[in-house]
Amino acid sequence: MPTISRDEVAHLARLARLAVTEEELDLFANQLEVILTSVARVGEVAAADIPPTSHAVGLTDVFRADVTRPGLTQQQALSGAYATEDGRFRVPRILDES
Amino acid sequence: MTRLTRWSAAELAARIHAQDITAVEVIRAHLDRIAAVDPALHAFLHLDAPAALAAAAAVDDGLRRGDPPASPLAGVPLALKDVFTTVDMPTTCGSRILQGWRPPYDATVTRRLRAAGVVIVGKTNMDEFAMGSSTENSAYGPTRNPWALDRVPGGSGGGSAAAVAAFEVPLAIGTDTGGSIRQPSAVTGTVGVKPTYGGVSRYGLVAFSSSLDQGGPVARTVLDAALLHEVIGGYDPLDSTSIDAPVPPVVEAARAGATGDLTGLRVGVVSQFRGDGYQPGVLRAFEVAVSRLRELGAEIVEVSCPSFDHALPAYYLIAPSECSSNLARFDGMRYGLRVGDDGSRSAEEVMSLTREAGFGPEVKRRIMLGTYALSAGYYDAYYGQAQKVRTLIIRDFATAFDQVDVLVSPTTPTTAFRIGERVDDPLAMYLSDLCTIPANLAGNAALSVPAGLSDDDGLPVGLQVMAPALADDRAYRVAAAYEAARDGADGGPLAQRVPDLEVAVR
Repeated sequence: MPTISRDEVAHLARLARLAVTEEELDLFANQLEVILTSVARVGEVAAADIPPTSHAVGLTDVFRADVTRPGLTQQQALSGAYATEDGRFRVPRILDES
Repeated sequence: MTRLTRWSAAELAARIHAQDITAVEVIRAHLDRIAAVDPALHAFLHLDAPAALAAAAAVDDGLRRGDPPASPLAGVPLALKDVFTTVDMPTTCGSRILQGWRPPYDATVTRRLRAAGVVIVGKTNMDEFAMGSSTENSAYGPTRNPWALDRVPGGSGGGSAAAVAAFEVPLAIGTDTGGSIRQPSAVTGTVGVKPTYGGVSRYGLVAFSSSLDQGGPVARTVLDAALLHEVIGGYDPLDSTSIDAPVPPVVEAARAGATGDLTGLRVGVVSQFRGDGYQPGVLRAFEVAVSRLRELGAEIVEVSCPSFDHALPAYYLIAPSECSSNLARFDGMRYGLRVGDDGSRSAEEVMSLTREAGFGPEVKRRIMLGTYALSAGYYDAYYGQAQKVRTLIIRDFATAFDQVDVLVSPTTPTTAFRIGERVDDPLAMYLSDLCTIPANLAGNAALSVPAGLSDDDGLPVGLQVMAPALADDRAYRVAAAYEAARDGADGGPLAQRVPDLEVAVR
């Protein structure tokens, strides 16, 4: 039975870029353990020689004619931005000091 | 004129195209109905009455000029699930992180609806990013079930199903990743179809689990669903998983099915989808539905699909895994919410604060679950094993469809549950999708058609019909035949027996 600690949830939250609260750590540790215990049942299936399926329909490369077609204008692309500057997305500094 | 709202889309379209009534009268009647009942239901997140009236007027103008209707549904009102992009309306996916977001492009489904002259009234409520089975995970509050206002309308497409069931619109669009069209349809007494994966374009459908997501129609009759299916379906070069083949002849199949003869058709009853955990009234309604199919000439056989027992756990690994990747795009940088950008925090800190504030608990649970399942060390045991189960489910379907033409089961194990009943118990909520998930994992076509009321609580039950990939028409034929027989036996369509909400509201 999988067990998932509070620290592991904190690690997952960091990986997933979720600044979860202390209360959420307790709640999610509990709930994720219940869910993982249930979904771990997939392991009951003897499937060593079964190929995995990532997609229900066979994926093949799709090509299109090599012709230009209009994309979004700069204005459209920026239309939902929280902040813009000089016609670009303005974002917070990208380097952490630590 | 309010009775206009009781008509089917096919009837409305015929009268509009014959110029007996105008599309403007039709949209007005529906807008009046929405104004009267939506305060109690909360099916809509956004309404655009002026745009709807203008779109309807354009249809009327064309008809007056003598132009042929743009499609068999030109002039008919429709509600669009708020997960499809629309340039003229916000697209929130039921999430705070996209509150007020106006996309710069239309989804292919949106574009096809507009081109067909279908009048888009507004955007419907949904579980956040389509994750849920009750619409309670919407950041904007739950939708209520028109059959009993203290009950959920199912999910994630509860808004679309409730809007159709309550006569706010005759048609709606939903999306079905694990049952989000079919389960809401079952618990609201409407028809909901998950087309074959790749049958309806996903371009502009905000992705939850890309290998499973599929848009499809919601209606009150099988024929209406088929008419809508043909408007939105078909190849789209903008979706790399779109099937480059003609749309199955679903309208023809619905019309043929309605004549009520299923002689020679082999129907398999899935033996895994009965027993413990199923509401007795749901099972009794299902048995009655199966005996009707037999009376229509179908041969009924029991079919075992042993891997279906593992479909639910496989789904709750695959869908969260894909979601953890897809939802990484909501980073607060290019569009949507941004929180904590005070000039000192880094992009990464802002990103984490934004996602924490913008996502609700179910979305966070699934993102973390997916992150876990895809982690080195756990990948083989969880995600890898789930993908193998997926193969076994596809094989079970293939074996079953060697013996029978369609498979049937209850759409969901219970009738509509009470608001709040499962919200703190994710696993109990997940069980709502028990019977619908296999068709998503295998990619084949499946639908839910109303199968009367459960005799223990008087609430709607759905009959699920599953057909092979690209044989969507077969499911429509069976559903239409069943619908005609059921209406004949009951003295009228189930959908017309929904309580009169305008009275309830007062």
